[in-house]
Amino acid sequence: MQRKLWTVLALLVLVPGLMLMTSCAQQSAVDQDTTQKTTPPADTSGTTDSGADLQADAAQRAAEQAMNQFLNEHIYYSFDSAQLSAMAQATLKRKAAWLQANADATVAIEGHCDERGTNEYNLALGERRAESARAYLVDLGISASRLSTISYGEERPLDARSTEEAWAKNRRGQFKLR
Amino acid sequence: MRLALWGMYHRRINEREIFMMGVMCRLSRCFFVALLLLTLTSLPARAVDEFIEINPFLKKIPLAIPDFKPLSQGAPTEETSQKSAQLLAETLLFTGYFKLLDKGAYLEEPRESGITAASINFRNWTVIGAELLVTGGIRRSAEAVEMELRLFDTFKGQSVLGKRYRGRLQDTRRMVRKFASEVIFFLTGNRGFFNSEIAFVSTGTGNKEIYIAEFDGRNPAQFTRTRNITLSPAWSPDGKWLAYTAYPKNRPFLYVKHRRHKRGYEIGNKGLNITPAWVPMTAMPTSLEDMRFAATLSFTGDQEIYLLTGKGKIIKRLTKSWGSDVSPTWAPDGKKFAFVSNRSGNPQVYIKNLDSGRVDRLTFKGRYNTQPSWSPKGDKLAYAGMEGGRNDIFVIGFNGRPPVQLTHDTGGNESPSWSPDGSMIAFSSTREGRSRIYVMTAFGTDQRRLLTLPGEQTNPQWSPNKHLN
Repeated sequence: MQRKLWTVLALLVLVPGLMLMTSCAQQSAVDQDTTQKTTPPADTSGTTDSGADLQADAAQRAAEQAMNQFLNEHIYYSFDSAQLSAMAQATLKRKAAWLQANADATVAIEGHCDERGTNEYNLALGERRAESARAYLVDLGISASRLSTISYGEERPLDARSTEEAWAKNRRGQFKLR
Repeated sequence: MRLALWGMYHRRINEREIFMMGVMCRLSRCFFVALLLLTLTSLPARAVDEFIEINPFLKKIPLAIPDFKPLSQGAPTEETSQKSAQLLAETLLFTGYFKLLDKGAYLEEPRESGITAASINFRNWTVIGAELLVTGGIRRSAEAVEMELRLFDTFKGQSVLGKRYRGRLQDTRRMVRKFASEVIFFLTGNRGFFNSEIAFVSTGTGNKEIYIAEFDGRNPAQFTRTRNITLSPAWSPDGKWLAYTAYPKNRPFLYVKHRRHKRGYEIGNKGLNITPAWVPMTAMPTSLEDMRFAATLSFTGDQEIYLLTGKGKIIKRLTKSWGSDVSPTWAPDGKKFAFVSNRSGNPQVYIKNLDSGRVDRLTFKGRYNTQPSWSPKGDKLAYAGMEGGRNDIFVIGFNGRPPVQLTHDTGGNESPSWSPDGSMIAFSSTREGRSRIYVMTAFGTDQRRLLTLPGEQTNPQWSPNKHLN
């Protein structure tokens, strides 16, 4: 399951990347030339294997990892509930830590539901879920202005199957960078 | 009961006044006038209480529709005759009121022997069980069609309805539906729904978009192109505008769009802008400004139902309770509305009376009752109730009696929406796998799929019945 999730995420990164590349390729030759000219030549400083750079690389990798965790770790709810479980609260504390370490980040909290309820009520439930997560983060000292909410109701499931496992996965709060 | 009804309308009708001429004109205004005359002259005045509600659960009326008689020569007339007779049968059967008798059992062929009362031997129809008989005659040129249609009471041996329509070839279906409406009006005192449409949500393009089909599922066409999530279509009382929720800017906004011109208004308050429901009107509205709708907004941080103008300006707040208040649906008098609230801890249907300000809980059975839809007749409310993780359609009155379950053991059944005359309910069901639009009578009989399109179909909303068309 975990591996599948990573595959999906890798695709999420790769596919738009590929699309960007193809759309660039469709641009005129003139555009391509100017881009090449303005790009500084790579690896000319000869300092690539210095310790400082390795450290910077490692720091960047760690930062990326932290951000990926922030974006990929969802909070989960029980059926027809917007209450935060102990597990959800623990996850939100990690998110608060990341938000404190990344003070310029603003995020949208998406509230999602499983398919069993009805669309309209689930739009409302999704908003209450996102708002409960937001309120918890504000309590932990995150500025409310950095946090927006949006409800997708049951319209954006992570797992389209009709099983308990899928429903549990879909009843979630999901974080996106704005 | 039925005999009493039969007797009642017979006393009032004599042979002379039943066969009137209706003329279909090219110009709709001309048609309007012709129809007005027709209405004034051919429909006997009857008190509403002379009609009974036809309950297809108890009895369907046995009906015979023999082949129509071609009144002009040639294959095109023959074809139009056949198609018209078939369409009339389909249209009348759609209501669930009738049982069509098998043509193989007919002892008489009116297309040979004659289509008027004088040439019909009614015993030939009563003996096979027919209570109603429709005969038709079709005259056709290259571009025009003329049809005369009669409804007979076989036991009385009398013509009870007679109409002649003349129009363009492409008006054939309208003529047939017009006559079908006359038949329904004659029997029930209600104009029916043969000139209505059904809006619904379909995922055929990969996104949820709103589509509109004729009431019988014919000619479905895509209405929105938001390329995102589109939900909850709601028809204005004049049938000219649709309100709905869409996410074109990645937020749930409300839109009010003209049915034909696609122009409209955007309502984008902070938070939710969802579940629109137009306030019914007794007088036909003349413009969008005359109309109002209720919707759930959450810009205050709490989800409440508000009253808005047709263009989306907030007039006032209608509910006041912490938590979710969604999915309003209006009583026909516009003085009460039902809605879904989780104020008891789980979603239940409540009724708010605007005069007294009182809120009463309506549903008590089950822990998840949503999607209320108030019958246009006013006496009932349909909703989706969940048991064991699946929804079914229920109907509940206001007299404290328990709800009646209309769908059983057939997948999930959601989103009930009444036909404009309150005789039928459209809904979505997963009984055949993917979610499709279905219809049934208000008594739960005659459940059938309305149409099949790529993707899944949900959220049906039956339009008002347009008059005089």
